[in-house]
Amino acid sequence: MTEISVDAIYVPSEDVVAREIEGELIIVPLVAGIGDLEDELYTLNETGKAIWDRLDGVTSLRALAAALAEEYEASPGEIEEDVCGLVEELLRRRMLVEASGV
Amino acid sequence: MNQEPRTENHEPRTHTYAVKRSYAQQPLWEGRGPLLGCLDMELTERCNNNCIHCCINLPAGDVQAQARELRTADWQDILRQAADLGALSVRFTGGEPLLREDFAELYLYARRLGLRVLLFTNARLITSELADLLARVPPLAKIEITVYGLRRASYEAVTRVPGSYAEFRQGVERLLERKVPFVVKSALLPPNKGELVEFEAWAATIPWMDRPPTYAMFFELRGRRDSQAKNRLIAGLRLSPEEGLAVLTSRPEAYRREMVEFCTKFMRAPGDRLFVCGAGQGGCIDAYGLLQPCMTLRHPETAYDLVGARHASPLRDALTDFFPRLRERHALNPDYLDRCARCFLHGLCEQCPGKSWSEHGTLDTPVEYLCQVAHAQARYLGLLAEGERAWEVEDGKERVRKMVKGDEA
Repeated sequence: MTEISVDAIYVPSEDVVAREIEGELIIVPLVAGIGDLEDELYTLNETGKAIWDRLDGVTSLRALAAALAEEYEASPGEIEEDVCGLVEELLRRRMLVEASGV
Repeated sequence: MNQEPRTENHEPRTHTYAVKRSYAQQPLWEGRGPLLGCLDMELTERCNNNCIHCCINLPAGDVQAQARELRTADWQDILRQAADLGALSVRFTGGEPLLREDFAELYLYARRLGLRVLLFTNARLITSELADLLARVPPLAKIEITVYGLRRASYEAVTRVPGSYAEFRQGVERLLERKVPFVVKSALLPPNKGELVEFEAWAATIPWMDRPPTYAMFFELRGRRDSQAKNRLIAGLRLSPEEGLAVLTSRPEAYRREMVEFCTKFMRAPGDRLFVCGAGQGGCIDAYGLLQPCMTLRHPETAYDLVGARHASPLRDALTDFFPRLRERHALNPDYLDRCARCFLHGLCEQCPGKSWSEHGTLDTPVEYLCQVAHAQARYLGLLAEGERAWEVEDGKERVRKMVKGDEA
């Protein structure tokens, strides 16, 4: 389990390419080891997409969750849980990196 | 978190945000998909082999052909257009695409646009550096390698290039060492026909071969119609319909299963519309920037000049205007209208405007050889009796239905 700090800043990894095609956010591995199979790609669900779009390499997860709380009807705790959940999953998949590590 | 801003409906809680998908898993889109799925790119017509059966190859050192080929920047522009139209994949083919000195540059450019690259090659130019690149930045599709023989003598009798066999083996070894996924396929020709069993046994040792290899055997004539001598040679190398049928049915159950599925979906009399296949829904760009509706068809009137077009997005224009108009074209040849247009074997038969063009220089002339191959298959499947001509059969649909029903039973 990766430790996620809400004060940290994350940014999409250069090891993947994100493409929006017909409303679907598709994450295509660029380097080896992102997927298990040779023909894998990933799509993000709506929650994932909303968070991904805000991972700009400047905003901390706390600020990102606060911004989302103003737009979406959910408790701040719930939003923070989703944000950390997504970040944890994408870090594990090597699709995201901490901005300070870029 | 509720996905919709300020509404009452709450999305069910989920802890899987990134959904793993596969290119084979269709559809990726719930509604209409993108305008373009995959684009074929024939990076060069030149080849380092000189295969006896080839319908396209020019010599590797053909400087005139090389001078006419698109520049790196042209290909990059086309790749960008393809990605903008939503394409998920491009196919790099040729000739031998690895002959392009900028191959690695184009490959990386495509991958950085988020495109999957399907690569067709003879593997001879897979250097250690290229194999390292393919291992580090995978194409996301198994590389397809055509194998012309399992021994130096048979291989080089087909390729007519001394030393080509050793280079092919070395290329394959480099991919194996780095675990770069690839599959092999072959062209059944007099020099290698006797190696079929051995070839299949070897193919089965390749970790990524999840089905038996496929074979080219009903060879196409030269798409450019550039050499009668070569066409005579190619025609002489074709398997007879009966020989071809024997290869196709070497695994009878698998063949029948596949054909039942295929016939149900695709077999029907086409009428007088020329393009009833997928031609023009994607396309194939030749080495000089002409977009063809498919890899086979080289008729000058059916090509769209992507580089010379005065259009902001020529690829979009070709797909939304030029090709749709082309697909409205009708056959005029009375022989075609009498036979092919009425024939319920269409689909099983490979007759198409591209094959008609390479054989006869028109879009709508029946290709006798393909007709014979289709009839041989139809007789085997019980769709035709000996001596029957498919275009004269009036209950074709019923026969297909019976075949499917019989198979289910």
